[in-house]
Amino acid sequence: MALKISDYKTAVFNDWCPGCGNFGILTSLQMALVDLNIPISRVAIFSGIGCHGKIPHFMNTYGVHTLHGRALPFAIGAKLANPDLEVIVHSGDGDGLGIGAGHFVNTGRRNMDMTCIIHDNGVYGLTKGQASPTLRLGVKTKTLTKPNINEGINPIALALATGYTFIARSYCYDVSHLKEIIKKAVNHRGMALVIVQQCCPTYNDINTREWYGGEDRPDPATGKPVPRLYKLEETGYDGVVRKPEEALSKTAAAFTKSYEWGDRIPMGVFYQNELVSTFQERISQRIADYLKNPPAKQVIADGDGKPVTSIRKLLEELRVT
Amino acid sequence: MKNDLIWMAGGPQGSGVDSSANIFARACCYGGLNVYGKREYSSNIKGMHSYFHIRVSPEEVGAIVDRVDLLCAFDAESIVRHIREVAPGGGIICDAGVLETKIFSIPTLTPPFMEEFRKNLDEKGLHPETVNDLLNEAKKNDVRVYAFPYLEMLKKIGKEVGEEQLSKLTRMINILTLGASFGIVDYDKKYVEKAINMIFGKKPGIVSMNLLAFNKAYDHVREKFGETGMQLKAIKTDEERIFLQGTQAVALGKLAGGCRVQTYYPITPAADESEYLEENQALETGNGAIIVMQTEDEIAAITMATGAALTGARSATSTSGPGFSLMVEGLGWAGINEVPVVINYYQRGAPSTGLPTRHGQDDLRFAIHASHGEFPRIVLCSGDIEECFYDAARAFNYAEQYQTPVIHLIDKALANSNMSCKMFDPHLVRIERGELLNETDVAGKSYRRFEFTRSGISPRLPIGTPGAVFWNTGDEHSESGHITEEPIMRTRMLEKRMRKLETADREIPLEEKINFFGDADAPAMIVSWGSPKGAILEAMEMLKKEGYRTGFIQVRMPHPLPKEYITTVLGKASKKIDIEGNYSGQLAGIIREQTGIAMDHFVLKWNGRPMSSDEVYGALLRIMQDKAPERQVLNGGS
Repeated sequence: MALKISDYKTAVFNDWCPGCGNFGILTSLQMALVDLNIPISRVAIFSGIGCHGKIPHFMNTYGVHTLHGRALPFAIGAKLANPDLEVIVHSGDGDGLGIGAGHFVNTGRRNMDMTCIIHDNGVYGLTKGQASPTLRLGVKTKTLTKPNINEGINPIALALATGYTFIARSYCYDVSHLKEIIKKAVNHRGMALVIVQQCCPTYNDINTREWYGGEDRPDPATGKPVPRLYKLEETGYDGVVRKPEEALSKTAAAFTKSYEWGDRIPMGVFYQNELVSTFQERISQRIADYLKNPPAKQVIADGDGKPVTSIRKLLEELRVT
Repeated sequence: MKNDLIWMAGGPQGSGVDSSANIFARACCYGGLNVYGKREYSSNIKGMHSYFHIRVSPEEVGAIVDRVDLLCAFDAESIVRHIREVAPGGGIICDAGVLETKIFSIPTLTPPFMEEFRKNLDEKGLHPETVNDLLNEAKKNDVRVYAFPYLEMLKKIGKEVGEEQLSKLTRMINILTLGASFGIVDYDKKYVEKAINMIFGKKPGIVSMNLLAFNKAYDHVREKFGETGMQLKAIKTDEERIFLQGTQAVALGKLAGGCRVQTYYPITPAADESEYLEENQALETGNGAIIVMQTEDEIAAITMATGAALTGARSATSTSGPGFSLMVEGLGWAGINEVPVVINYYQRGAPSTGLPTRHGQDDLRFAIHASHGEFPRIVLCSGDIEECFYDAARAFNYAEQYQTPVIHLIDKALANSNMSCKMFDPHLVRIERGELLNETDVAGKSYRRFEFTRSGISPRLPIGTPGAVFWNTGDEHSESGHITEEPIMRTRMLEKRMRKLETADREIPLEEKINFFGDADAPAMIVSWGSPKGAILEAMEMLKKEGYRTGFIQVRMPHPLPKEYITTVLGKASKKIDIEGNYSGQLAGIIREQTGIAMDHFVLKWNGRPMSSDEVYGALLRIMQDKAPERQVLNGGS
């Protein structure tokens, strides 16, 4: 039976600020799941701490609101034990690239078959607007007492360097683009990363909807704003690796693209490579029946509580009399 | 002639101390004897001093003693470090090539050791310069020196097998000293040959070369030194025994107990457990496998294990103090979300990096109190290797029945002790999964993960079960798992969680929480936990022979603490004695807090070395004779 948007919604009151970019992300996610027709009980949404972290509570799926920066390892554990789950991780920019940076880096190395969506708004919203790791050097958002003293992380370049096999960017207010990107990410065979440029109407008064839309720089000819965001696919850019020998040049092209910022900000798929083995495949090479009989589905005891695991052979190896 | 032996092999790290000890111990086991081996090593890859101390006896042994009967010194340093431990009547096997080595120019002897060593010599009025001077002093105490030129003998062996590379030959110094050891005690060669075959079995060339070295050294000492006055005889036994170290016992318990996801970050001495599990991850009966994940840090280790546990798989992580410090935020999350996750916690000398490769029992209070806030948890402590096996399996039952983290405390002395023990009986392992629901149970119903119940236990459903959904959050939450800050819900939900601890306290049988030894009405009552058990039991036997009656409450579950039992048994004793491997007497503090009973005597040790039965006996004897101060601090071990 086809699922509807309402099937994915909960009755929990949504307390994000009016105009928050998270609403667009939530809607895109629900629309993507409807299009993909994934049963609600097969989906597990993991999130970290911050405004984005409340997203599982608004999703009528299994939802795990974890610790600050730790959504990825929680999610990896669940996917590892039950590879049938459709695991989608939501993380903030401070959450995933600051306190959780170590997990972000090491998740790339594993290429688990799951998706991570980063809500990137440049600030720590829930603690009242401090600079996040993606806020650029010298930028002074509303509640900063002085301009940002640190350079911002380039999450796309970082993801390329650490092994993510699907890397894309989208925008919270372009719901149809974001929906399509999320669908691609979920369908990707391997670890997918979606960076969502998100506005924080309360604390980020620099990277606003108007700024992304280019309202500060009208076209002299037409008088219409020239948006900063543009779509990679409309420029003929193709980040998909189809042959192993393309991997390096496409990585390099994506890396260069990832540094475009300011007047022109690319969105779309920067890089995709399904030729890399997924973690699930790597485990299956060691344990042939892993996908059929993963940890979450193994029977460990008979009806009387007797263990079904034999350790006889190991005890024999240790036996001395 | 008595048939027990305390043997020690010492040498630089990387010189084969472990493998010679392994062969030595196995050879003794094959001959029906019992062994208990303690491994001491530095936080170093190559070159620093390490040693293995093995006690062999016809009876079961569970602790070390202070003396050494036969010291195998691979190098000069091992002679200097351990010469004072060699008992009169014992012997030292050493290289004739190091006799002229100047004692105080050995670079790996550390300044604190040198200072203490020199002071000790000064007190005795001795001023030795060379290793030989030291050995000559030892000879006056009836210690026999078995010196022969290692290198010369190795070169001869090399000639016979066509191996001229010196670095390959010197790797067999351990086997030479092993051969000499068994020659001195006139032990049946066939058991040793079997052990050599077992250890090097996968490399036939290495086996034959080592067998040759063993035989050469064995025959040489028998020929050159004649009657040594020392003897070790194989005995007949019908008992089935295994020889293993604590980390393996824990791993085996986990496998039998149904653990299917294990996460870890490399740390001493816990990592051995995970490596053994990974090596044996495919299960024998073909019904699955355990996934072992090396993570980027311990925060990832506990959170990954927790994520796996949410899907219904029995999941655990294994670590030591520094790793557990990092895990604390994950522990709190598992606590508030009522996730059954098991942490096998191998204590070592602490705080911070502390003594990374040395023993300690400093973390009982930390295990009980770690995390901000309050939530139920269960803490288990194993006292010996056999308990490590059964406790490791049982920890998952507690975790699932009470839906809460379980911390299984082990210590370095157990982790790295190799001993022979009675064959484990996997049939004694029982799997209790608690209130675990499946698809049929929830079909057509609205499921609430944190439903209020009388026991505090809300039936659990694995994430991914069709026909239901639920939410988890580290925020305080409602029955369905959504965030709440409402005072009434907060009061009820926290109380519901805490009630599980009362339920656990009520339901878990006393015999799983306490072991009692000795006389229940003895005037002297000992309380302890963890690895001192073996030394205490032996000391009690020694005291009994002298007419002193003692009792011993071994606390296996310090949290929730079996208060009533402790109050009853300890309350009536006139000498209440606490024995543990830390500075402040942590268990004694917990008992006082929860029962009001204060200890009269403390026997404590925190020098990084486990307690020996000799020193525990000495301390207890002083207490029995009313000659002991309130606190006795032990400092044995090298």
